[in-house]
Amino acid sequence: MNSLAMAREPAAAAFAAVMLKVDNLSAWYAESKVLHGMSFDVREGELLTLIGRNGAGKTTTLRSIMGIVQKRTGSIRFRDEELVGKRTFQIARLGIGYCPEERAIFSSLSVRENLFLPPVLREGGMTDEQLYATFPNLKARAGSQGTKLSGGEQQMLAIARILRTGSRLLLLDEPSEGLAPVVVKEIGEIIQRLKAQGFTIVLVEQNLRFARMVADRHVVVENGKVVDILTNAELEADMGRVKSYLGV
Amino acid sequence: MFEGISTQLLFGQVLLGLINGSFYAMLSMGLAIIFGLMSVVNFTHGAQYMLGAFIAWLLLNYLGIGYWPSLVLAPVLVAISGMVLERLLLRPLQGLDHLYGLLATYAVALIVEGLVRYKYGSTGLPYDNPMPGGINLGFMFLPYYRLWVVVFSLVTCVGTWLLIEHTKLGAYLRAANEKPQIVEAFGINVPKMMTLTYGFGVGLAGLSGVLAAPIYQVSPSMGSSLMIVVFAVVVIGGMGSIVGAAITGYMLGLVEGLTKVFYPEAASVVIFMFMIISLYLRPAGIFADKESV
Repeated sequence: MNSLAMAREPAAAAFAAVMLKVDNLSAWYAESKVLHGMSFDVREGELLTLIGRNGAGKTTTLRSIMGIVQKRTGSIRFRDEELVGKRTFQIARLGIGYCPEERAIFSSLSVRENLFLPPVLREGGMTDEQLYATFPNLKARAGSQGTKLSGGEQQMLAIARILRTGSRLLLLDEPSEGLAPVVVKEIGEIIQRLKAQGFTIVLVEQNLRFARMVADRHVVVENGKVVDILTNAELEADMGRVKSYLGV
Repeated sequence: MFEGISTQLLFGQVLLGLINGSFYAMLSMGLAIIFGLMSVVNFTHGAQYMLGAFIAWLLLNYLGIGYWPSLVLAPVLVAISGMVLERLLLRPLQGLDHLYGLLATYAVALIVEGLVRYKYGSTGLPYDNPMPGGINLGFMFLPYYRLWVVVFSLVTCVGTWLLIEHTKLGAYLRAANEKPQIVEAFGINVPKMMTLTYGFGVGLAGLSGVLAAPIYQVSPSMGSSLMIVVFAVVVIGGMGSIVGAAITGYMLGLVEGLTKVFYPEAASVVIFMFMIISLYLRPAGIFADKESV
């Protein structure tokens, strides 16, 4: 482990203020109920993963926080604001950056246009120089069509474009999915660097090895409910506990 | 040049083809923009084109406001009425099958046309040419106003294209075309953008109407007769392909004009033959770059 690991002692996070509080959240796709009373909270500067099997409701949780899934009950509080009842664009403007599972790179936009598409919502975002320093590939390929990038580059682009908006809470949906191990490692390092810069991150992940590499705490999701919450240390100490949930 | 065909006739029809093409291009561009972002097949487009011409006529005859101010005023009024329509009628239909939007806009077109016909009759109302005269090019006589229409519509189409392809606003529009939810998740008010886009698209129709008023007469059915061709243009160019719509518009205007010269009997069907061929060979449209929906 590198020196960055020092900054993410669970104890430090435990004293930080709660940034996002999800309380008894239920959500529906049309008539089918997908989330059944999810509750967890995320503290300032913390990196929290949502882990669980396919279809457990992890992605839906992020989509509900963003208001993309509109039909939801319960409460989602971001700092002092209640998100349930707000529209997606209003939620984003509070300073929440969303990186969807399918990456959602726009094919009719160049890499540069993709990168600068999300408007700056508040101060404190990365400058263009910082962005290109973190993601040098994107500068080299700025003029290409967005979807001409490799899978790994598209994932970097999807993360990079929400960093200049000034959002301090990032919702990342399976950034490691479908990527080669060397690229997964690279993305893991970027996520660690973002955490060190003070971003608060909720990460949906199926790749347990990847999740262990970066996270402070893990929320285990099963059938639209939270079944366990454990710190990274607890996970390390008792891998069997989580593996039984994931069925691996 | 060709045996039995005078250059006068040839160039006359080329000009007429370009004029018609100008209207096809501007109207189909508006339709493509609206369809691209909102997935609404805007059947009111023809009525909104008519409304543009009609508002210009009303402004002139009741308020004494002439052609040039009307060229700005009438499209703005059409755009505003369009935005009201979008909020009241189209937004609640969002997320439903395309057919609902199509039928709703068709109903509005029939109502608007019916109201105008009821109040002003179905005979055309004349609108004075604001630019009388022309120049003799030797091989043909070129009326100034027709030249103006061709140039102005070209400028409008190129301007619209630049706006969409080379500005930040255009990037939002293109992105929302692909994945509206994600664009909204970046903090952009996509519903408002849809209202404004619909306003812009039908504003283009209103603008075309004002341009058309001095050439064709102002009549309630002027839009519906044109729309059949314009829909064919959009289908050939590719639904939602904005550049494709404009290029196809000019191209088919010319093809139609030239057919009148070489085989007049086919002039009224040539566009639809093109549509059948293009649907057969490239169902998504000549300029479509993504799979059709």
